[in-house]
Amino acid sequence: MLFQGLVGLSEAMYLWLVAAGLSLIFGVMRVLNFAHGSLYMLGAYFAWVAVRVTGSFWVALVVGPLAVAAVGWAMESGFLRRVYSAPEAFQLLLTFAFVLMLDDAVKLVFGPVYQSPPTPAALSGAFVVGRSILPTYHLFILCVGALVGLGLWLLLEKTGFGLVIRATAADREMARALGVRSSRLFTRVFILGAWLAGFGGALSMPVRAISPGMGEFIIIEAFVVVVLGGLGSLRGAFVGALLIGLLHAYGLLFMPVFELALGYMAMAAVLIVRPWGLFGLRES
Amino acid sequence: MRARVVAGAALTTVVLLVPAIAGPFLRYLALNMLLLALLALSFNLLFGMTGLLSFGQGAFYSGGAYAAALLLRAGMPLLWSIALGALAAAALAAVLGAFCVRHTRIYFSMLTLAFGMLVYAVVWKWTDVTGGDDGLIGIPRGRIGLPGPFDVSLDAPVRYYLFAAALVLLSIGVLHRLSSSPLGLSLRAIRENAERAEFSGIPVRRTIYIAFVTAGLFAGLSGALLAPLEQTVSPSTAHWTKSAEPVMATLIGGPLSFLGPVVGAVVYLGLKEIIVRFTEYWLLVFGLVLLGTVLAFRGGLMGALGLYLARRRRR
Repeated sequence: MLFQGLVGLSEAMYLWLVAAGLSLIFGVMRVLNFAHGSLYMLGAYFAWVAVRVTGSFWVALVVGPLAVAAVGWAMESGFLRRVYSAPEAFQLLLTFAFVLMLDDAVKLVFGPVYQSPPTPAALSGAFVVGRSILPTYHLFILCVGALVGLGLWLLLEKTGFGLVIRATAADREMARALGVRSSRLFTRVFILGAWLAGFGGALSMPVRAISPGMGEFIIIEAFVVVVLGGLGSLRGAFVGALLIGLLHAYGLLFMPVFELALGYMAMAAVLIVRPWGLFGLRES
Repeated sequence: MRARVVAGAALTTVVLLVPAIAGPFLRYLALNMLLLALLALSFNLLFGMTGLLSFGQGAFYSGGAYAAALLLRAGMPLLWSIALGALAAAALAAVLGAFCVRHTRIYFSMLTLAFGMLVYAVVWKWTDVTGGDDGLIGIPRGRIGLPGPFDVSLDAPVRYYLFAAALVLLSIGVLHRLSSSPLGLSLRAIRENAERAEFSGIPVRRTIYIAFVTAGLFAGLSGALLAPLEQTVSPSTAHWTKSAEPVMATLIGGPLSFLGPVVGAVVYLGLKEIIVRFTEYWLLVFGLVLLGTVLAFRGGLMGALGLYLARRRRR
């Protein structure tokens, strides 16, 4: 029981990292990044390459997400920037084009097979609590996820950069009129969002098999999470991710047939009661 | 007006001539193009008219396919199975649409995607009814189900082609009528300015809901026609990669022209057929095509053609 809960919570942390980036980018830029799952996948692959080259998991955890952030920078300043004035649907389609290209590019470079790198030695043990076994790595992920949450909160609430982000999310026109250079801000926010997704991917590398399809799976889960929590709300993304992670873990235990559908049902239920999500702002 | 009649007549002639001039492979490809064209038109009923991007048309396509397959396997005649399959998809759209049309723009896209994957999950797991990941196999074509001398057997592939092609052409005609009907005009008013449409007395949500269910009906018809063609149905019909096909076909052909999705479907499947001979990474190529379209040709092929004609006329 406890083990299943821990598995659920650690799954929730990957989801949280992806959903946080997705929600942050949407909140500031009003762009829904379909390719966010693909960035997560790239994070895992880049980190995997870094492990094979350097032999160190810790180096990979730094290098992989940074490489993804660089991809994010290229995506925003090279392409996405050109369609800000187009209808929203075209921005969505542009990021969708990246899903197709990145997924196939990964298949082309790394092959379509699953890879599962080993867990780093320092984190491969487990604690025994009562009759439950708690793997160290899952506990580690839980701590890291919480730390990232704390870091994001500090960034948004206590720094000038965070203030600009919040101001732009609240009222873009007004922020611009007050002197916020939105094009530079958009690039930075997109890079931060890409880094979060890449970090999630790099963290997931030792426990979840790496495959070209992993991005497609998590992006849909992340959509469910942000709809549940409310688009643009980081608190919502956190709570939504915990909810979905636990729902899947215990769903697998108690009703394996419905496991896949449970998250969608939760989403539908929330939408009936609060169409704007648990922590979202009411759509005007 | 005359151009439209000519376009309609030309399309009908080409489609009906295919069995006479093409071999089995081209005929199969042509029917697939027609089915995708119908699916893309159903998608564009929402996208081109109201600007709402649905990423879940696969759900209704799959719903129609499975419903028709189950009825055919239970021994119901072809025409009735297909009609009921399309209606089942419309019923599914009526339920899911109630959630989706409460939301605008991006929320709408995300919800349709998530509900599409919900249908996928159900089809995948509900093994007793859907056959799980194996899908349903051995779907018969059999008799059409009309009274007296019209009750022909459609087991022969050529006959099935003519039957399905006629139904698709008929649907294209109906959808064309619909686009210039009061409903179509209301939808376009909503696309341009939903608030103003609401103030001028158009019930915005209900109009979108009607369009959503109609789109579900025609997506379901496309799926229902697929089941007897392939004689198998698999869960991949509900996967989001299937839902992406009408999106790409529409974008390539041009969302603002009625025949854009039809042209796009032909180009999309034709290109795919050519590309897969050279590389298995055809999605990479289509990603590039989509990227170029979004950056430079938002009107698609038909939009580019329209610009070219307008420029020539001015000279």
